[in-house]
Amino acid sequence: MKELKITPIKNGTVIDHIEPGMALKVARLLGVPDPDAHSTVSIAMYVKSGKMKYKDIIKIEDRELKKREVNIISLISPNASIAIIKDEEVIKKSRVTLPKVITGIARCSNPNCITNKDEPTETEFTVLGGREVKLRCMYCDRLVDDIIESII
Amino acid sequence: MNFKGTHIVSVRDLCREDIEHILDLADGMIPIARGEKSSSLMKGKIMATLFFEPSTRTRLSFESAMLRLGGRFLGFAEPGGTSVKKGETLADTIRMASAYSDVIVIRHPQEGSARLASKFSDVPVINAGDGAGQHPTQTLLDLMTIRRETGKIDGRKIALVGDLKFGRTVHSLTYALAKFDTDLTFVAPPSLQMPPEVVELAGQMGARTQLANTLEEVVEEADVIYVTRIQKERFPDEASYKKVANVFKIDLDALENAKKNAIVMHPLPRVKEIDPEVDDTKFAAYFKQAFYGVPTRMALLGLVTGVLE
Ligand SMILES: [Zn+2]
Repeated sequence: MKELKITPIKNGTVIDHIEPGMALKVARLLGVPDPDAHSTVSIAMYVKSGKMKYKDIIKIEDRELKKREVNIISLISPNASIAIIKDEEVIKKSRVTLPKVITGIARCSNPNCITNKDEPTETEFTVLGGREVKLRCMYCDRLVDDIIESII
Repeated sequence: MNFKGTHIVSVRDLCREDIEHILDLADGMIPIARGEKSSSLMKGKIMATLFFEPSTRTRLSFESAMLRLGGRFLGFAEPGGTSVKKGETLADTIRMASAYSDVIVIRHPQEGSARLASKFSDVPVINAGDGAGQHPTQTLLDLMTIRRETGKIDGRKIALVGDLKFGRTVHSLTYALAKFDTDLTFVAPPSLQMPPEVVELAGQMGARTQLANTLEEVVEEADVIYVTRIQKERFPDEASYKKVANVFKIDLDALENAKKNAIVMHPLPRVKEIDPEVDDTKFAAYFKQAFYGVPTRMALLGLVTGVLE
């Protein structure tokens, strides 16, 4: 019998083409593992893939991603694709797209930025594409040092 | 653009035409700023000056501009004794001030505070400096000085000298000058040189840029020598500060080979960057530069409140 590297799921979400080695970070940012959820989660890392040589994959049973979560994935893995599975069928599949602006997702890495004080406002960043995604704070103009660390 | 109700947070929000329009209006304000002509342009208008950190020079310049135009102002020169000190959020202070005034001028020690203020204000907000961030009225008065004292901005060779790394206002000025046809030379010790991303962006915007380590390399060519403060705190010890401060000091010797019509600018207050012996020469533009803050701010106050178009 052929051994399956990662089992198919019945209902839920498949995040494919994640940058190799980034799956655990993506999972953490999606709140996986969640002690209150007992649905199956499969994570595969460094899976051979024609297009990008290697990729990571995450499959989460019984979960659909929110817009905010898709935006987070796009920031750290701009080539990822997301498939929604219902009754073992792919009902929707799409590449993530980089938003132009993100609101309330990340924290500014400038400690003297007004958004790091107790003000009734959400952070806002301009998303700069290119080889590496960068975030520029719309308040203080600084670039975020480490996007993964900055995500709230 | 239609300025009425517009917040002036960063000079980067302004295009070249906007800047030239402000400078044209500011030119016309000069007799009023000097007290030679009276004006009631801002009669009945109130400016709130909210200075969350003291900056006497900037505050007096705004207040003079408002008074010369027949307007009035209220506010505070430092947060001591105000509700701000008692922990009120900036958002709430701004909501209150915007209910009492027609325009808010804010100075704040934290970056991004003017942008935040603009989100909570019903009246236009003018940024009078936010931490190490933006200071658009300083940039505009710098541009006005270059235009008036050398006749134009296009085609000018401008040497920016001193602490170019940490002085964020010099970054704003660089971006603003890059909107014109300018040659920019950044003169600084390697440890205080202009950040590469600023040089790169200025180049992409169309400015010709180069780096230099000494004043001698550029003094013969420059139309404008813009000197910035070199702060002692940036150096590990007194000796290394003095060494750098001496190399970049502007005195008559340093200006010996300068162009006849060159001007020396400085945002003031100066410490030792410019020797007082330069003050009485035709190179010295820094006192005029400080004065141009008043007509520049008059033009802006008039534009954002809608009394000027
Ligand atoms: Zn910020």
